[in-house]
Amino acid sequence: MLISIAWRNVWRNKLRSGIIITAITLGLIAGIFSTAVYEGMVIQRVDKVIMSELSHIQIHEPGFRNSMELTGFIPNAASIASKVDDIEGVEGVSNRIIVYSMVSSAETGAGVKITGIIPKEEKKVSNIHTKLVEGNYFGEDTRSKRIKPIVIGQKLAEKLKVHLGSKVVITLQDVNNNLTGAPFRVKGIFNTLSIVFDEGNVYVRYEDLRALTGLPDGAAHEIAILAMNNEMAEVLKPKVEAVAPGLEVLTWINLSPEMNYLNEAMDLYLYIFIVIILFALLFGIINTMLMAVLERTKEIGMLMAIGMNKLRVFVLIMYETVFLTLTGGLLGVILGALISIYFETHKIDLSLWAEGYMELGYDPFVYTSLEYGMLGNVTIMVLITGVLASIYPAWKALSYNPADALRIE
Amino acid sequence: MSIIEIKNLTKIYDGSTVEVRAVDHIDLSFEQGEFTAVVGPSGSGKTTFLNMLGGLDAPTEGEVIIDNVDIWQLNSRKRIDFRLHNIGFVFQAYNLLPVLTAKENVELIMELQRRPKEERTERALSLLEAVGLGDRVDSRPSKLSGGQQQRVAVARALASRPKFILADEPTANLDSKSTENLLDIMENLNKEENITFIFSTHDARVMKKARRIVTLEDGKILSDEIKQP
Ligand SMILES: Nc1ncnc2c1ncn2[C@@H]1O[C@H](COP(=O)(O)OP(=O)(O)OP(=O)(O)O)[C@@H](O)[C@H]1O
Ligand SMILES: [Mg+2]
Repeated sequence: MLISIAWRNVWRNKLRSGIIITAITLGLIAGIFSTAVYEGMVIQRVDKVIMSELSHIQIHEPGFRNSMELTGFIPNAASIASKVDDIEGVEGVSNRIIVYSMVSSAETGAGVKITGIIPKEEKKVSNIHTKLVEGNYFGEDTRSKRIKPIVIGQKLAEKLKVHLGSKVVITLQDVNNNLTGAPFRVKGIFNTLSIVFDEGNVYVRYEDLRALTGLPDGAAHEIAILAMNNEMAEVLKPKVEAVAPGLEVLTWINLSPEMNYLNEAMDLYLYIFIVIILFALLFGIINTMLMAVLERTKEIGMLMAIGMNKLRVFVLIMYETVFLTLTGGLLGVILGALISIYFETHKIDLSLWAEGYMELGYDPFVYTSLEYGMLGNVTIMVLITGVLASIYPAWKALSYNPADALRIE
Repeated sequence: MSIIEIKNLTKIYDGSTVEVRAVDHIDLSFEQGEFTAVVGPSGSGKTTFLNMLGGLDAPTEGEVIIDNVDIWQLNSRKRIDFRLHNIGFVFQAYNLLPVLTAKENVELIMELQRRPKEERTERALSLLEAVGLGDRVDSRPSKLSGGQQQRVAVARALASRPKFILADEPTANLDSKSTENLLDIMENLNKEENITFIFSTHDARVMKKARRIVTLEDGKILSDEIKQP
């Protein structure tokens, strides 16, 4: 019966309870929704980095990632790639020649990362081909066979003052340390919305770059592998190592620890955020319950007089506080979840505030991502808040002396 | 053998200026089956006296012995439990739980005693029947008149099968018809079931019904008369 008394007590002062329940509901909607937004942003960011450059697993000659030397290539990259391609769970494998050098237009020049790729393979691993704003991604209709195609970022095109069809020159040192160069024609311009990336990356065909650098047939600096999903990378790693003896095999987590850190740190921050919301609500709940207890001094005095012991009085107040808190808490969790689920498929446009985000490599829009496990944890946190909030009001109720309480008119 | 023995009972309130001797060295005993009124002018110490008798307010001095238990020697937990099982309370302001129906209000005390559900329901219904509220068992207090609420309170006090019932001005908030009705019920319970009632009052008509009248003045017993039937 204590439970039913407590539940009915919640609804005695509907306005007062309604206000605190609304506050809890709104607080949790805000907490859960922003959590889902940030989670979505992080996932989007991680996916973007994986899809535009990192891929899930990369194979290099040991030391290449530090030195970036042209000579740090994997001689038998082609045969390794075909073995990797046979591993179950691998979606795509792409061999890349990577050269850090100069690209210049008639106006000016810029230091860039030049990646030589086999378009058919690279399309399975990265999504640059979907980011073209002009031209095409090494399409078949390259009219002039003599002049080699190059795909560059929009930011770089602006910087070099070139456009589709313009000629640019790549200058580099080949494997024999001879300075060499070749003209390329801009055949495609991409925009990944990441300014840093778009300014620093150009793509050419594998064979063109191999010929220019003088690398042996089948050689590459980097073998990029895309797995079925982000989690799969760690599973595939040992299998890839088995077919790439003596080479350095790294997953996206190894390659970009900050991405993983971002992922994990964000989880922690979001819980801290929710704890802060609940902490603020805690005082509101305590206040509401103190008013309730004060208002019912005489009633509590009567209960103690007729023989309700202190433990039961305490439990009665605790139940009431928990019911009050959980009512708002569950409403907030459910509504917050529904709103978050809605925006998992309906994009939130951030372009009004997104300038800074874009610089950091975030997209100017976001889809939420709701972690269902979090809902359970938040509900438990709400429950704990209710229990904590009840302690002081319940203790206050216990301090009543029944004889004094009953004398109150 | 008396069911209540009161020895040298004293309550002094330490006011900031003067000390108030609300109850002043009272010796008294009550027998099983009494129907006793405690009367006296306002401030004479009736409430203070009944509260000490009921284990609600600690005496400054003296003893209250109920069935050989000196209730003020018990620790507070045991005293609450003692009240639950031995003393029925009826208050001036009814003091029912507004969120519970009449039946639930009566059941609550039996639940605190951990009585089985069927017994609780059955006893609550029969007690409400006995106080003439058999048709209002599912009403909340706010839907009942003062007199009806006080009858629920009497049913509640009886529910725990106490040794006696203490009632501090049970009729003070009632009109004369309800007062008469409540007293009839109390008198009946006293006669038929031998329930012991000790109640305080200001009301001359209530006093008339009592079979023993203890009159207080300034915390002392002015007179203690037992009417011969
Ligand atoms: N908590 C308290 N602190 C100080 N004095 C008190 C307190 N309670 C009661 N008193 C004093 O003790 C005396 C007895 O009070 P009590 O309430 O017992 O009288 P009463 O006979 O019940 O009066 P009434 O008929 O008005 O209910 C009064 O003088 C009162 O002012
Ligand atoms: Mg009084």
